[in-house]
Amino acid sequence: MPNKRKKLLEVQNLSVTFGTGRHPFQAVNGVSFDIHQGETFGLVGESGSGKTTIGRSIIRINPISGGQILFDGQRISGKISKELDRQITRRIQMIFQDPMASLNERAKVDYIVSEGLFSGTEKLSEQVRKEKVAQALSDVGLLPEFASRFPHEFSGGQRQRIGIARALIMEPEFIIADEPISALDVSIRAQVLNLLSDLQKERGLTYLFIAHDLSVVRFISDRIAVIYKGQLMELAESEQLFAHPLHPYTQALLSAIPMPDPIAEKSKVLKVYNPSCHDYSTDSPVWAELEPGHFVRGNQRELDEYRKQLSV
Amino acid sequence: MENNMILSVHNLDVKFSLRGRTLHAIRGVSLDIYQGESLAIVGESGSGKSVFVKSFMGLLDQNGYIDSGSILYNNKNLAKFKTEREWLTIRGREIAMVMQDPMTSLNPLKPIGKQIEEAILLHQGIKGAAAHAAAIDILADVGIDNPEHRFKQYPHEFSGGMRQRVVIAIAVACKPKVLICDEPTTALDVTIQAQILDLIKKLQKKYNLTTIYITHDLGVVANVADRIAVMYAGDLVEVGSCEEVFYDPRHPYTWALLSSLPQLGVKGEPLYSIHGTPPNLFHEVKGDAFAARNPQALKIDFEIRPPYFQVSPTHKARTWLLDPRAPKVEPPEHIRVLREQGGKYRAQ
Repeated sequence: MPNKRKKLLEVQNLSVTFGTGRHPFQAVNGVSFDIHQGETFGLVGESGSGKTTIGRSIIRINPISGGQILFDGQRISGKISKELDRQITRRIQMIFQDPMASLNERAKVDYIVSEGLFSGTEKLSEQVRKEKVAQALSDVGLLPEFASRFPHEFSGGQRQRIGIARALIMEPEFIIADEPISALDVSIRAQVLNLLSDLQKERGLTYLFIAHDLSVVRFISDRIAVIYKGQLMELAESEQLFAHPLHPYTQALLSAIPMPDPIAEKSKVLKVYNPSCHDYSTDSPVWAELEPGHFVRGNQRELDEYRKQLSV
Repeated sequence: MENNMILSVHNLDVKFSLRGRTLHAIRGVSLDIYQGESLAIVGESGSGKSVFVKSFMGLLDQNGYIDSGSILYNNKNLAKFKTEREWLTIRGREIAMVMQDPMTSLNPLKPIGKQIEEAILLHQGIKGAAAHAAAIDILADVGIDNPEHRFKQYPHEFSGGMRQRVVIAIAVACKPKVLICDEPTTALDVTIQAQILDLIKKLQKKYNLTTIYITHDLGVVANVADRIAVMYAGDLVEVGSCEEVFYDPRHPYTWALLSSLPQLGVKGEPLYSIHGTPPNLFHEVKGDAFAARNPQALKIDFEIRPPYFQVSPTHKARTWLLDPRAPKVEPPEHIRVLREQGGKYRAQ
């Protein structure tokens, strides 16, 4: 079924290296995945696992050192024409983590939201620009009057809405949401999550949702990829991943989700992932599809074991 | 229970003066904290939970003051403390605090071992080699491998989770009786969060600490808390044991907090969210502070502040819904699911 859907973004064997010459650091190592039109793809991993780096390479902030990224069938990594670059800037937008830090303190909301429009080729009249800002603000549930205020006059949830309005005004097809709710209170998280899924329904947006909390990702994502130290460990539809987590790292992540259930929670045994549980000395691991749409990383012996678990 | 009460707050009012106006941050809160328990104070940002515990340590901002009420600790009324000298007998020595953000609460120019030694020297008067040995012991206690080597390292050489461990080490180095953890895991990953909570639990047992957790995420505290106090707009709206608050919550605000957890959400349906914003504490709050955001609010909620109604000897809530004359209001669906879960355990 997912194969019939159009692939909007293809990440093929992506590698990103930081540092130069003598001290290279491989932040992302041979990552491949596809994102279909209209879906929400969750990317989960701990801090330092390279999940943000992947998001940033898609939007061309970080140069990549290997592999390629295709958007709508066109290569957007490496050297591309100015025309395509401009298109990509419009069609892919990003929502950042910390709404306290990602808005220009000295600019009014009006400017913050419409800044992206100034980079376009066609000059917009002041009238049209104002209308667009008002529209974007009301789309995210803010009053158009807020345009003349400064960011410090808003609460955390409202600021994050401004961040979303700033992305929406470009009429993007694809939005990279980098931990959009980790800095927010629980009660406000729900509002922002609902807003994101409403916008998706209305406009058919495609999301790459980056987070470290699996409970949130499960709620919003259609498919989830688990990343650890720059490599994908497991990728599956979200319910499949929760029902049959195969890789030990996925299991550790799942066991860490806090549940609002004190008795179950107090008797819970926390799983801790230790990479040395793999013996890759003779048999190196591969990225294999064990059942349709369910990928996992492991060597042949582990894959056999995973297959056995799935068939039970 | 009287004799093992460690901290007793009675009718506490905390106010801040801001540009000639007064903000009433804590509105007459009473709470008893018992020796050896772990208590969680849960609430949204701005509900006053941090201000509440900061008033135990004399850490209120310059413009904040305790207006009335008492905080009894060891037969001393902390609310009457005026000078820093008085506070230094309590702060760190008796009541210690772990701050939210491990990135900013350590001194970046000092090796972490020295920072722990400093606390030991200040509060226990141990010097030189003995202090060094004590610091290394504590580093090992908080789960840092190879403590001799790590002792000399600087904060930037540690990851977020490891830094939080160091911050906890500094807090327990002073051998306090009460440990306050202000959002100890908000800045951390989920996997690390679980490890840090485990560590605090372990230390609590080892040093016989009384711990107070402050958090906005009810999901986090199910594992660690014995008792839960829910705070809203500077007031405790519900206090009960962990099981009581999760399986049988009574206040509409507690319902709302629990329902908005994504763990309970059903995919494809919108997640429950609380509308509106908390009341402005510059003005006097009339009636139940949550009434304006509560879709099921009764008429009386807007007029008279509800008293506490006892649900069980350990469980009380400040809502008119518990009055015998109140109409029967069914809690939202998620709460009924939780209640059934609780019922299952009780049956076993």
